[in-house]
Amino acid sequence: MLDEQALLQGLRDRRPEAFETLVRAYTPRLLAVARRMLGSDEDARDVVQDAFFNAFRAIDRFQGQAKLSTWLHRIVVNAALMKLRTRRRKPEESLEPLLPAFRENGHHADKFSAWDEAADDRAEREETRQVVRDAILTLPDTYREVLVLRDIEEMSTDETAHTLGITPNAVKIRLHRARLALRTLLDPHLRREPR
Amino acid sequence: MTESRLTCRECVEFLMEYLDDTLAGQVRVTFERHLSACPNCVRYLESYKTTTTICKKAFEVRDGESVPPVPEELIQAILAARLKAE
Ligand SMILES: [Zn+2]
Repeated sequence: MLDEQALLQGLRDRRPEAFETLVRAYTPRLLAVARRMLGSDEDARDVVQDAFFNAFRAIDRFQGQAKLSTWLHRIVVNAALMKLRTRRRKPEESLEPLLPAFRENGHHADKFSAWDEAADDRAEREETRQVVRDAILTLPDTYREVLVLRDIEEMSTDETAHTLGITPNAVKIRLHRARLALRTLLDPHLRREPR
Repeated sequence: MTESRLTCRECVEFLMEYLDDTLAGQVRVTFERHLSACPNCVRYLESYKTTTTICKKAFEVRDGESVPPVPEELIQAILAARLKAE
């Protein structure tokens, strides 16, 4: 176990071995977090490098109310969001084909199957976790970033709006549409098989 | 007197607020009335609910989970960048 207090003191004293301990201890996990948000090893490495750079500069402002690991995690998530925004070059694909379809009378056009009652248990399996991560990665970036902050990082609507520089109402609309699209993507994997 | 009714399309629009428990009283009543008559919407709601919880589980990096080895060049690059940060 890492002694965070001792480590933090070492960082404040600018002891090189403290920095090395920090980097070696947290990089694997932070790299995994970035990779899951970006879907690219190369981008994930860039992001973790940027994040540590920012963290080193801000270390004296770290007050120690949060855990060091939580603080670093948040810096990586922010750096990954920046990356998503800079690599957004071509116009985004439309989410429309993934939204539910309705008949003229407002009824669902499709008949849905119930999802496996064990879908929650299946979420524990690595195979299902991979399916969900891949599906999230196929969402257009503007929707994925809202979903990541609200449903994965569990930020509030206002916090998310502030982080992304959009209105709380835009957060709600994008989150809802992101979830609808994701539900469509997951449906073939999680619906109960006809017996 | 005509009872106000919701379509499936309207139910989908209200889903998030319903699950957040922020749907105004009267709308909530009509929403629930629709659900009690429309099993298709019930199944849709359940799968939407699972969608909201499954993301977090999928992104968790678990203790003991094997994460790919970190390239030593990355560690060295991060440490080298520290000197510039100060
Ligand atoms: Zn319905």
